[in-house]
Parts: sequence; C-alpha cells; structure tokens
Amino acid sequence: METEVSTIINWFLACATNDVPENGGACVKYRDEQIAIFNFSRRKEWYATQNLCPHKQQMVLSRGMIGSTGDAMEPKVACPFHKKTFSLITGECLNAEECAIKTYPVKVQDGRVYIGVE
Amino acid sequence: MKTGPGQQTIIVIGNGMVGYKFCEKLVKKTKSFNLIVFGEEPRRAYDRVHLSEYFNGKTADDLSLSAENWYEENSITLYLSDPVQEINLAEKKVHSRNGISLNYDYLVLATGSGAFVPNIPGIEKEGVFVYRTIEDLEMMKAHAAKSKNGAVMGGGLLGLEAAKALLDLGIQETHVVEFAPRLMPRQIDSAGSNLLQTKLKELGLNVHLNKNTSEIAGGHKIESLKFNDETELKIDMLVISAGIRPRDELAKLAGLQTGTRGGIMVNEKMQTSNEFVYAIGECALYDNMIYGLVAPGYEMAEVALNQILAGEKAFYGFDMSTKLKLIGVDVASFGDNFITEPDCRTIVFEDTHKGVYKRINISNDGKYLLGGILIGDADAYNMLLQTVNNKLVLPPNPEDLILGARGGEASEGAGVMSLPDTALICSCEAVLKSAICDAVNLEGVTSVDGIKKCTKAGTGCGGCVPLIKDLVVGTMKENGVYIKNVICEHFDYSRQELLDLIKLHKIKTYDHALDLLGRGDGCEVCKPAVASILSGAWNDLIIKQDTIQDSNDRFLANIQKGGTYSVVPRIAGGEISPDALIVIGQVAKKYNLYTKITGGQRIDLFGAHLNDLPDIWEELMDAGMESGHAYGKSLRTVKSCVGSTWCRFGVHDSVSFAIQIENRYKGIRSPHKLKSGVSGCVRECAEAQAKDFGIIATEKGWNLYVCGNGGSKPQHAQLLASDIDSETCIKYLDRFLMFYIKTADPLTRTATWLNKMDGGMSYLKNVIINDSLGIAQQLEEEIQHLMSTYHCEWSEVVNDPQLRKKFTHFVNAPEEKDPTVAFEPLRDQVRAKEW
Ligand code: SRM
Ligand SMILES: Cc1cc2nc3c(=O)[nH]c(=O)nc-3n(C[C@H](O)[C@H](O)[C@H](O)COP(=O)(O)OP(=O)(O)OC[C@H]3O[C@@H](n4cnc5c(N)ncnc54)[C@H](O)[C@@H]3O)c2cc1C
Ligand code: SF4
Ligand code: FES
Repeated sequence: METEVSTIINWFLACATNDVPENGGACVKYRDEQIAIFNFSRRKEWYATQNLCPHKQQMVLSRGMIGSTGDAMEPKVACPFHKKTFSLITGECLNAEECAIKTYPVKVQDGRVYIGVE
Repeated sequence: MKTGPGQQTIIVIGNGMVGYKFCEKLVKKTKSFNLIVFGEEPRRAYDRVHLSEYFNGKTADDLSLSAENWYEENSITLYLSDPVQEINLAEKKVHSRNGISLNYDYLVLATGSGAFVPNIPGIEKEGVFVYRTIEDLEMMKAHAAKSKNGAVMGGGLLGLEAAKALLDLGIQETHVVEFAPRLMPRQIDSAGSNLLQTKLKELGLNVHLNKNTSEIAGGHKIESLKFNDETELKIDMLVISAGIRPRDELAKLAGLQTGTRGGIMVNEKMQTSNEFVYAIGECALYDNMIYGLVAPGYEMAEVALNQILAGEKAFYGFDMSTKLKLIGVDVASFGDNFITEPDCRTIVFEDTHKGVYKRINISNDGKYLLGGILIGDADAYNMLLQTVNNKLVLPPNPEDLILGARGGEASEGAGVMSLPDTALICSCEAVLKSAICDAVNLEGVTSVDGIKKCTKAGTGCGGCVPLIKDLVVGTMKENGVYIKNVICEHFDYSRQELLDLIKLHKIKTYDHALDLLGRGDGCEVCKPAVASILSGAWNDLIIKQDTIQDSNDRFLANIQKGGTYSVVPRIAGGEISPDALIVIGQVAKKYNLYTKITGGQRIDLFGAHLNDLPDIWEELMDAGMESGHAYGKSLRTVKSCVGSTWCRFGVHDSVSFAIQIENRYKGIRSPHKLKSGVSGCVRECAEAQAKDFGIIATEKGWNLYVCGNGGSKPQHAQLLASDIDSETCIKYLDRFLMFYIKTADPLTRTATWLNKMDGGMSYLKNVIINDSLGIAQQLEEEIQHLMSTYHCEWSEVVNDPQLRKKFTHFVNAPEEKDPTVAFEPLRDQVRAKEW
C-alpha cells in the first residue's frame, strides 16, 4: 500500500519485490523485530504487519494465507495455526476474538520494498 | 416490590429448575401478577441436569439458568437462602426461616426432591455424600482429592452419572453397588444390563449386583461397605444414589394430602388438595407417580400456569423415555420398554463383540412401535421415540429400524419430514414440529442456532438437536430452497461442481479459477479447496502454487507449536529396515529432533526449523526414503499386521499387500486424508475396520471394508465386497477412491461422505461393483493418471534451488533461523515450549 503517512521518518529497505511470493507473505527481520510482509499481487498492493499472532503468540503470520472478505473486499490474512483472521489495513481481528495486530505502511520503488518504521 | 391495586400475588416455593421455568413462562405471558419466589439454596436456579459438567470445568455461573439481573428486570422478588417453613392454608400465608411472612392468592410448590438416603448404620460417617446440589459437588471434590477408592450406591441413571463423576474426579478405583440384579432397573432389561456392565468395566467401573449393604463401616471416616452376603468393599468415599425422595415435608405440615411413599398429591390441573395451592416438578405426585425428569416438570409448570390464568390445559402423564448422557456408552430407553410377549412382538439385536444391544417392542399386528431399549449405539433414539409418540406406521420389515447398515440411509431425512405437525420435537421446551417448520418458513431461520433463539427448542438437554437440524434442512428442501453447498463467499459452487468446471475449462491455476468462476480475492477456505481440486484433476506439483495451500501443504510439513515443523518419511505398511532406522536416528540427532512412533505405524521427527527442512529431507532421501505426506490431504499410512509371514494365524501376506496398496495410492490428493489397514486374519490386528478403506484376509481372499473413521466420532467401516482376490480388490479400490475424490465436499472424510450420500452403502456398492452409473472405466482411468504422475514432492524441492529458497524464515536474512523458537528438555529429548 503506497500511503503517505507523515509520521514515518524511516523507510527501511526490506527486500526485493520478487523475494515475496505472489499473493503470499514472507518474514522480514528489522532489528530485533519480525515483520510479515504481504505481496497482494492480485490487487497490486503490499501490506505489512507484525509477524506475531496474538492468539497463541506464534511468529507465523507471514506464513498465513491472504484473501479478502465482504462487499468492501477488506484484505486479510489468516493465521496458519487456528485461522484467526486479521485485517491487513487496520490490523483488527475479524473474528473479533483477539486483539488487533500492528500494521506498517509499505512502499515499492524500483523493484525494492520498503517498510515504514517509526 | 410494588403491589398495584387489585394485583394478585403468586408465591413460588422452590427456585429449582421447574420453579424457575414457571416464573419464566409466567412473565412471558403476563406481568400483571406480583410474583415472589423463595429458594432454599444460596444461588439462583441452575441446570441440575448438567450438574456433572461442574466437574468438567463448568462454573456455577455457567450452569445458572438466568442472568444475574433477570429477576429484577422482570419485577420478581427473589429470596435466596430462605426456605419457607410454614404454610397457613386458612390465612393464605407463608412464613420463611428469616422471618418473612407474606400473603398469597396462589401458592406454587416447586420444592423438588432430595436424595433418598437409606437408613443403614454408619450413614453419617465422613466421606458419605449425596449428588444433588452444587454444594454436594463442592464437598465431593474436596474429599476426592484425598481418596483412592470410591463407590456409588445405586446403579440407576443418576448412580451411573455419579460414578462417571468419581472417575472424572480421579478416583483410582470406582465401584457401583446395586441392590437389584441388574443395572438401571427402571430403564433396561437384564440382557441389556449385562452388556452395559461389560462396557462399564472397559471404562474402569466395577459393578456389583445383588448387593445389599448392611453397614457402612469405619471410625469417624468411612472405611468400607459391608454386605449381607458377608463380603466387604474397602472404600474411602461413597455417593448415595438410591433414588429420590420428594420434598413434601412442608406440604404435609400444612395439612395438604401427600402420598404414602411421599409426594404432594395433585390432580390433572396440578392442584393440591387445596384449590389455591399447586405443586409442580419432582415434588408432585400425579396418578401415583413421581416424574423425576425435567421435561414432565416443565409441562406441569405450563399446566399450573395455564390453570391460574383460567385456562383448560391439563396434565395426563408424560413420556419417561430417557437417554443416558456423559457416561461414554449410549444407553436409551423409550416408550413401553418392558412390555413382553405375548402382549407384543419383540425384536432383539445383540452384538456382544461390538457391545451393541437393541430391543424393540412392536404391536402384535406389526403396525406400531411400542417401545424399546438401545445400548452401545443410540443414534436411532430420536427417530424411534418419534415413531412411538406419533404412532407412525412401521415399515414392512421393522427390524430395519435397528439392524442393517446405519450408514447414510436416506430415510433419516425423509423420516423427520413425515412426522405429524404436532410431533413433540423438544420435550424440555415443549416445541412442536410445526413451530420449527414455521420458524423456517415464516421467520426465515436457516440454522439450528437460529431455531434455538427463535423457539428455545434444543436449549434444554440438547438431545433433540440432530432432529432439529434434519427438520431445518428438510423444510428448506421442501420449499424448493436448493440447499447449495457453496464453498465460500468467493465461489457459488459446491466442490463437486467446481471440480467438473475446472476440468471442463482445463483450469490449471487458482487465479484462473477465481477469474473465471469466482469473485473477490479468495480466502483461506476456497484457496486450499481449489488447490485440492487442482491436484485431484491434474496432479501438478503442489508447491508450484504454494500460497494457496494450507500451511502444512505449503511447507510440505506439519507446523508445530512454536513454529517448527515435523518430518515423516513414508514407511509403507509399517515395514522398515534396520539401515533406514539408523539413518532416521542419525538425522534426528544431527538436527536435534524429537522422535516418536506415531499412531500410524511410522516415525515422526518433530521440532525442525523451517530452514533445515530441505537438508533433513536430502539426507533421508540419500538413504532411499521419500515423503510420507503426513502434511497433505492424501494417503497417510496403510497399517499392516505381520500376517502369514510370521504369525501362526495369518492366512495371507498382509504386509506385502499393505505395501503394495500404500505405494499405489501414495501422494494422491483427496478431499481429506485417507487411511487404510490390512489385517492377515479376522483377529484384525491392523484395525482395518477403523479406516477409510480396510482389507481383511479370509480363507478365500480378502474382505474389503470402506468408510471407517477414527477421530472424534468413530465409525466402523462397512463391508463393500467379500472373498475377492487381490486384483478385484484393487479394482474396487481404484473406483472407490476416485469416486470419493470427485464427489466429496472439502475436508469431508469418507465416513461423513457416506453418511450424507443418498442411498448410503447400497448406492455406493452399486456404483463401485455393479457400475450403475456407467463410470467405472472412467474412474479407473482417472486414478491411473494420478498414479502415473506421482512425484515425491520433497525430492523435487531438494533438487531445485529456487524451491529450496522458499524454506527460509527471514527473506532478508536467509541464513538465520527463527530466534523465537524455543525448546525445553523432556526425558532424553526436547519438546516445544508451552504457549
Ligand atoms: C503424529 C500423530 C500422533 C502420534 O503421535 O501418533 C498425529 C498427529 C496429528 N494428527 Fe492425527 N495423528 C496421528 C494419527 C492419527 C490417528 C490414528 C491412525 O491413523 O491410525 C487418527 C484416528 C484415525 C482417523 O483419522 O480416522 C488421527 C486422527 C486425527 C484427526 C481427526 C480426523 C477425523 O476424521 O476426525 C485430525 C484432525 C484433522 O485431520 O482434521 C488429526 C490431525 C493431526 C495433526 C495433523 C494436527 C495438525 O494439523 O497439526 C497432528 C500433527 C502431526 C504432526 O505435527 O506431525 N488426526 N490421527 C499420528 C500420525 C500417524 C501417521 O503416521 O501419519
Ligand atoms: C445429577 C443429576 C442429573 C440429572 N439428569 C437428568 C437428565 O439427564 N434428564 C432429566 O430429565 N432430568 C435429570 N435430572 C433430574 C432433574 O434435575 C430434576 O427433574 C429437576 O431438577 C426437577 O426440578 P424441580 O424444580 O422439581 O426440583 P429441583 O431442581 O430440585 O428444585 C427444587 C428446589 O426447591 C428448593 N426447596 C425445597 N424446599 C424448599 C422450601 N421449603 N423453601 C424454599 N425452597 C425449597 C430446593 O432447595 C431446590 O433448590 C438429574 C438430576 C440430577 C441431580
Ligand atoms: S490427538 Fe490431538 S493432540 Fe494428539 S496428535 Fe492428534 S491432533 Fe494432536
Ligand atoms: S496462533 Fe494464530 S490463530 Fe492461534
């Protein structure tokens, strides 16, 4: 998602676009953090969220399946463990059971993917 | 409490299940009364029927029948921990223990019953309990912590439930002591009792019949039970469940008529001998009978209420059919269960091997079902009960009701719809069939949950839920609503339709399918479903489209707690060479993996880092091993017993046949996983009848069974063909498997698939053996294609650097493993850290 967020001071170079499978995710290491990055190629969109699933504290969201739901086609990721789903835009848990996950802005330039970190 | 001018007062004594139901029904009809309730127990009315669930983690709050503010919201005055001690009939007044005195216009006695405690010396000792209230359970729990041997006095419905509770409380040795010569003497006959006893023994319950307890021995605490026959049973805990005693003491004191053996006498209006006083529930004696179940109690509440509101509803007895819950063995009795020949014709089916006993009593003209007993398998209970209660005319061969393949006979669905509108579906809440159908027809309800909300049906004991489900589906079908089994919001097709379309359009990728046949971006439901269809149709390498696979298929390994993976090499038929064993051991050591023999006769290596998977597989493959597809919806194991090569009973070489079968079907993707077994003789050491397809050697060849299932709802496989040779067996299997792959819904095991199939086993037999659809040859060719395109996915990955790259944790630090993975030591190995 190429959103302009004024508070972003730091665009961190995560990887090359072809490092992340089409319509799937991969995990990026940023300092001591793990960030899940999603290449929603069907929509030509990119998203990034925390890699930790809040349900059972598993570092696995990057291995989850993405898709969308509802008339608004809200993009989402499903955790591979117990299939809790989270909005890729707001991070909100769509099964309304877990707390929201953190999302990050992403931009793509010249075949490189950048994640906005504070 | 505000009493309006002219407002009448109803006082309810007893805040148990039936007293509560009375209040609930009353406030729903009218708020014009001033309603006051006295309860002796310290808490709001709770679900006594599910009391035992208190030991399985339910709290008192979970069991409560109402929300905390319910009484207040409905302007009901509730006094708890305050039993009524005196009723003055002349003044129409009650006095409570806390000193409250109030006048009533109508009085409703719902005092229930207490446990009947026989007068045996020593009954007062510490460690002797009854099983009725939450307080009883709390005391039992505290005592059980320090007890080893426990017994229940009484082998009736409640006694067995109490015994199960003792097992759940961790009592090592649990006994049931019954005075009568059989268990559940009110519900089942002695043949049934014998079988039940064997079943209970398997659960760890020791049953002693014909035992008359003479003394509860010990000092201050109970130490043993002594019996009239001079025997003794050492125990440190006893639960008395010798029957119930109606709580009529208050009524008796007031001068109301009571029965000689207890109970407050009522007429069909639920009126006691004083016209302003009603009695309902377990304290009421109607026609010389105490009804110790909730459903009749609720009916009594309805009648009393109707009478007070000047209606004409009356009580004329109630069906006492019951199904035992919780114990782990199905037991049910219905209608006239004990009637015998010559007053009826009785059909008995008994299978001591499987532990099933069924008896039905039929009218002499063969037309009607009168009652019966079911033990070991009570699936048919609801339908049989309906058949009795609605006097449905029986089919020409009534034995079909309890015999025969209860696979997926279409009769079940049809049967429900043939019930009359007045059929009582939910007896706890008194909901008729018509109410459920109306909810579907008029309110647009389409689910069991919807029915529960709309009609309350199914919210009591829950026994009728399967019937409700069939009714909802049946009604919708009748309305011409085509109940379409669509995959998800992105595809308006069933799996089978989608499979046909995908083949027709020669669709090879998910994206193409979505563009052509679906909408939106897909989701975690349709992606793996389409992936499975694509494999079933083309058998391409699944990891080429890795992001539409479920996690396990995406990384060709099962994901574990903590984010590591497991590795299961194929060990066809369970046969493994010493060399292969050594390599497995070496690999496990090198990569710090936990090893375990699985329930499927092979070896699982747990705790592998994502990054290590290709290396691990490379080493296993160098030693000749291949993927076991433990992660896929595909063939798992063909379990074998050692068979005729070593076993003195074996009639054929079951190991060789198992290996042949396993290698034949390995890797083929299906709607759900597939398991198989081959046994060398009828002793069945390979448990073939628990499998999706199972083969048992006979003197003349093989018997082929299909559609068995373990898991949470186990079901035995059914015989498809007997005494066939290996070639025929394989031919049938080819057809069977391909038919399943093509027609089952996503994630539906073969057993469920068969259960849903119209025509059930006889239909399946026709398709597979008699080729009734004329597709046998096609099925054989299709599966041939799948077999000939087999590839070990792991060898493709190991040999392809591009594919190997997918197995990294960090894209920007491929060498680094997930630093959050953590292990703990366990015996001589490691385990995943607790979450
Ligand atoms: C490893 C093993 C347990 C063990 O330590 O023995 C096992 C482990 C798992 N079983 Fe199982 N099952 C294992 C034998 C069984 C058996 C026994 C058998 O096969 O003889 C059964 C009952 C028989 C049956 O399936 O009919 C069994 C019934 C299930 C079920 C319930 C299936 C059902 O129809 O109800 C599931 C859940 C599912 O598949 O949806 C399941 C699912 C699982 C999963 C895959 C859960 C998951 O998705 O993470 C487990 C993870 C495996 C792993 O991490 O490697 N496992 N599981 C056994 C592997 C056998 C093998 O060599 O492949
Ligand atoms: C373990 C267990 C399992 C059961 N399983 C089933 C089952 O599977 N199916 C089924 O249909 N039934 C089952 N039952 C029976 C069912 O619980 C009863 O039929 C039902 O609770 C009867 O309701 P009731 O209101 O008449 O009596 P209760 O629920 O006993 O309520 C009576 C209440 O009145 C109070 N009371 C008594 N005297 C006074 C007084 N003087 N003043 C104020 N309050 C007073 C009592 O303390 C009690 O709270 C089971 C019972 C038990 C104990
Ligand atoms: S029974 Fe449950 S816990 Fe045990 S392996 Fe199977 S799925 Fe896992
Ligand atoms: S850990 Fe993610 S859903 Fe359970």
